[in-house]
Amino acid sequence: MKKSFFSKQHQILITDPMGDQNPITIQVLGICSALAITTQLANALVMTLAVIFVMISASMIISILRNSIPNRIRIIVQLLVVASLVALVDQILKAFLPDASDKLSVFIGLIITNCIIMGRLEAFAMGNKLWESFLDAFGNAIGYGWILVAVAFVRELFGSGKLMGYQIIPLSWYDTMTVDGVEKSFVYFNNNLMILPPMALIVVGLIIWVQRSKNEELIEND
Amino acid sequence: MNKESNIYTFTFAIIMVLVIGILLAVTSELLQPRKKQNKNDKKMMDILSAINIDASRENAQEQYDTYISSSSIIDNKGSILQGDAFKIDVLFQYRDKTLLPEERRYPLFKANKDGEEYFIVPMVGSGLWGPIWGFVALENDYNTIYGAAFDHKTETPGLGAEINQDFFEQPFVGKKIIDNKGMFVSIDVQKGGADRSDPHAVDGITGGTITSDGVTDMLKNTLMIYNKYFSSLGKAEIKKDTLAIINNNID
Repeated sequence: MKKSFFSKQHQILITDPMGDQNPITIQVLGICSALAITTQLANALVMTLAVIFVMISASMIISILRNSIPNRIRIIVQLLVVASLVALVDQILKAFLPDASDKLSVFIGLIITNCIIMGRLEAFAMGNKLWESFLDAFGNAIGYGWILVAVAFVRELFGSGKLMGYQIIPLSWYDTMTVDGVEKSFVYFNNNLMILPPMALIVVGLIIWVQRSKNEELIEND
Repeated sequence: MNKESNIYTFTFAIIMVLVIGILLAVTSELLQPRKKQNKNDKKMMDILSAINIDASRENAQEQYDTYISSSSIIDNKGSILQGDAFKIDVLFQYRDKTLLPEERRYPLFKANKDGEEYFIVPMVGSGLWGPIWGFVALENDYNTIYGAAFDHKTETPGLGAEINQDFFEQPFVGKKIIDNKGMFVSIDVQKGGADRSDPHAVDGITGGTITSDGVTDMLKNTLMIYNKYFSSLGKAEIKKDTLAIINNNID
């Protein structure tokens, strides 16, 4: 039986990793980058685009080569494909988005070690056709990306009062107020804790909490 | 063909590496001019930041041409040499351990802002984890600091990495590198806070002692060389100034 081009099974490949099979909140993969580059929304977006590109290209390349890759060196081949794609992204960023490249610095290189990518290559692209591999890669990259963007949104807004570098919280809120003739109280402070790495994990933890309370099937019974 | 044979595995690996190697090399070569341009723009922005000009990548060249009037190269004895100062990569020279001290070249940029003349000195040194660098602008007395901008590659976030923040750079303004006896003393980044009235010291960063010490050493080692050059050409002018003061007193 020939499956349709975008059947129910195909849709699940995209929707699952965005929700109930999310690589970050459910499988807890790729946490390191979620922690490191989510202080600013712009960085999270560039990182997301980079991961989408690397993930989709790597999955498609591996899927095409899957029947010719010698079994004994398959992990090395996967690593080689991912590493060269990452090197490519790094070069392109350096040439066209130098400021983003400076800020993301080592984290672009660390996409190589992003467990989500190697995980999907080994678990999915090695055994599935091109179109399915593309959808699976796209789904997982988006699933990773939206968490990254959500965390960065919260951290930049409350940590710096900005979004994409633009001031969102009115500057007048930061003014000192004169109370009883003494200038002392403040209306609003940026929450500096948001800028620090632990807050990324706390925000991810909150997302996991919301997600599991909405879908009780996700709660482990032990 | 047997996919699990050694020959197949080796052939596959070799072809794979060749294809990827060529692809990456070609991309890197093709993007080279753009990367170089970006690096130059960034350098111009850094130089301008020492005299408090905020240039963007788009107008870096234009702003640079507006404010930087000339540049020169000096050697470690303080004498002037021929060449294009902008092309000198001080970080590269700093890392090159085979380079003899007399082979090192020191670029100096002369800026003209609001009718005043400033001298911008690039410098490089070692922090805790990697290189630190900066640009310091001196006023035309070759002594008073007009502006300072520092940066780093891999210092600890929240500690040593803070050297590129305003709260660290701002106190340098108005400090002096020569004491009132005419001796070169540089500027000391002090642990535990500096006396505000001390013209040769600024506050260090708590928890960033090694980076702060790195800035002290960098300032001292670099400004010492430039001071040789300044004192060689400054003497005539200082004499003139002193004469003027004496004349004023007589009046």
